[in-house]
Amino acid sequence: MNYHRTLKSAVVALAVAVPLAIVLPWGGIANAQDAVNLRMTIWSANEAHLKLFNEIAAGFKKDHPNVTVTFESLPFDTYTTALTTQIAGGNAPDMAWIFETSAYDFVNSGALYPLTDTLKATQGYNLDEVSATATERWTKDGKFYAYPFSTSPFAMFVNNDVIKAAGAKTPAELIVAGQWTWDNAIATASAVGQNGKGGLIVRDFNYQIWQNLASIWNGWGASPWSDDGKTCTMTEKPMVDALTFIHEAIFKKKAIPGPGENVDFFAGNAAMTITQISRASLLPKDKPFSWDLVPLPKGPAGDYALIGQAGIGVMQTGKNAKTAAEFVAYMTSPENSAKLSQFFPSARKSLLNAEVLKTTNPLLSQEQIDKVVISGIVTGKVIPGHTGFAQIQQAVRSGLDAVWRPDADIPGTLQKICGQIGPLLKR
Amino acid sequence: MAVAQDRAIAEGRSSSPFWTVARRDSLAGFLFIAPQLIGIVVFVLIPLGLVFWYSLHEWNVLANTFTYTGAQNYWMLIEDTNLFEVLGATAIFSAGLVVFNLSLALLLAVLLNQKLAGIAIFRTLFFSPVVVSLVAWTIVWGFLLQKNGGINGILQVFGIEGPNWLREETTAMISVIVVQVFKNVGLNMILFLAALQGVPNELYEAARIDGAPRFKQFRRITLPLISPTMLLTSIITIVGSLQVFAQIAVLTQGGPGLSTTVLVYYLYQQAFQFHFFGYGSTLSILLFAIVAVLTFAQWQMRKRIVFYES
Repeated sequence: MNYHRTLKSAVVALAVAVPLAIVLPWGGIANAQDAVNLRMTIWSANEAHLKLFNEIAAGFKKDHPNVTVTFESLPFDTYTTALTTQIAGGNAPDMAWIFETSAYDFVNSGALYPLTDTLKATQGYNLDEVSATATERWTKDGKFYAYPFSTSPFAMFVNNDVIKAAGAKTPAELIVAGQWTWDNAIATASAVGQNGKGGLIVRDFNYQIWQNLASIWNGWGASPWSDDGKTCTMTEKPMVDALTFIHEAIFKKKAIPGPGENVDFFAGNAAMTITQISRASLLPKDKPFSWDLVPLPKGPAGDYALIGQAGIGVMQTGKNAKTAAEFVAYMTSPENSAKLSQFFPSARKSLLNAEVLKTTNPLLSQEQIDKVVISGIVTGKVIPGHTGFAQIQQAVRSGLDAVWRPDADIPGTLQKICGQIGPLLKR
Repeated sequence: MAVAQDRAIAEGRSSSPFWTVARRDSLAGFLFIAPQLIGIVVFVLIPLGLVFWYSLHEWNVLANTFTYTGAQNYWMLIEDTNLFEVLGATAIFSAGLVVFNLSLALLLAVLLNQKLAGIAIFRTLFFSPVVVSLVAWTIVWGFLLQKNGGINGILQVFGIEGPNWLREETTAMISVIVVQVFKNVGLNMILFLAALQGVPNELYEAARIDGAPRFKQFRRITLPLISPTMLLTSIITIVGSLQVFAQIAVLTQGGPGLSTTVLVYYLYQQAFQFHFFGYGSTLSILLFAIVAVLTFAQWQMRKRIVFYES
């Protein structure tokens, strides 16, 4: 009797428990499906950057409790390669930080989710205040495919102590005298270079990243290809003149450290360096030197400015592209752009004023902000980029190696480079 | 028992048990090699097949397109104007590495095969670069080979102005070879040392009694008896030299020009930097073919140059 009762109880318990055991987990999965985990690849592993990004993600979560955003740092040198490898491996992120040089590749390939509708639908977003020059590279057929959240001008950091020790004129003195030209800048760098220190360093160029030389050759009105990107213009006079000038500065005047010479401006070993203003964080705090930040010198073609950009795009293949687009809209709203601009200068007109930029860039004086940052963003050309840039970059890098020799045939080498990249530009 | 057997025969069943000793042994053998077999199938044969499959396609990762193009990538291989230079650089690198590595390894092994005080310290010293991280080793050498780096600093002490090692076409290739030789020479040295210690001492004693000079002893006794090891080390070194990547990526990035762009680095550029995964796969099939042909040729040569005591 007891045995039968126990058996009955067990059957009833099973009858209740089994359906529950089946239903509950599925119910759990159904709830988990509502949760959205967004992943964004970035090149920065800087703690301050990550802290700010995570704060913005936490702000988004308040309105979207089911959405979690994580940021994945990839190494700078191989960032785009790592990103495309993730995409090839079926592990594409939902959002990606995209460099200006590969912008055309991402935008033209259809890899990115169009953002225009989402940005316009976001209350208070005000996309119209972002300048057209800043968005040109990220737009196709009137549609906006990534937001250029960082628009950072190139400028020249100066070590006045090293320059004065060499008995040369400082850029500030040259600016006051109305003589801040490339000839005079190289004369100053040459005096320092021949005094045993480094003269002028184009940071990150290192005889590989040649597109950073646009910070010099734009002063000659030179460019590697025509505005429509179809024709190589490296054989034209402005580029030949600019590269001849740079070549002489390296090999005759010792104003620029030669190939294979490592000199660090921020360690106090050089007179000047051309880099983006965000590198101000590298200025030494323990043994500070008397530094200055000045605009790029005037070239034969007049005054000019150069900017580097980084965009945030949403991957088209992502499962949660719509939510990711909403996060990009939130992250780049006027309020969050103001927060981001302490590291990444914004192209929004409302944020391009000395009051805002002074609070976010306390190291810079109002004059430096006006002359270098605001003027640079408003008037600057973006660093060269093209569809299939990695292949073109490699072909030009390989070709320019023949220029970085004391006995270089510059026009002949540039002719060869145009022969190499001509067919690539037409594709 | 007999009744059961009769019944089994009557029902058409075999009277002997299925799990015989031979079958059990076979199963045990297959189970032992199963992990390795599964590993080879999953991590070697399937990827190899996939690479061949990809080589017949144009795969645009960004546009998410995967189009069958047949032999188009193989035609590209023939028409690629850079490929001849790349294969040349690969051949120079491999030849240089094999000659320097094997010669130096053999020389070191002979020197370290002496009965001297503290010989274990020297052996450890020469072997230690093998266990150092490859990238860390290459980065340090990158600094040493800078125009204003350590090597030229030492040369300057002797009044010599050193070249710009990594920026000139000839010296860049030599530099990459030297960095790689110093990194791995210890491994071949240890293999040679083991082989040298396996040569019977009586043979040298007999040769000495016959008045054979030391070089002749080395040529007639040592070299033939260590020839199997020489075959092994040469195959390992050649295959390794064809797969060199990190050193090129860190030291020269293939430059100046294309002078140090070896096939693996070129393959990496095409697939991962330029996003031509189909063409990159085709280049890796070419590399596979080169390695296979060279290994087969070396294996065939063993009949002529390798001496087996048996």
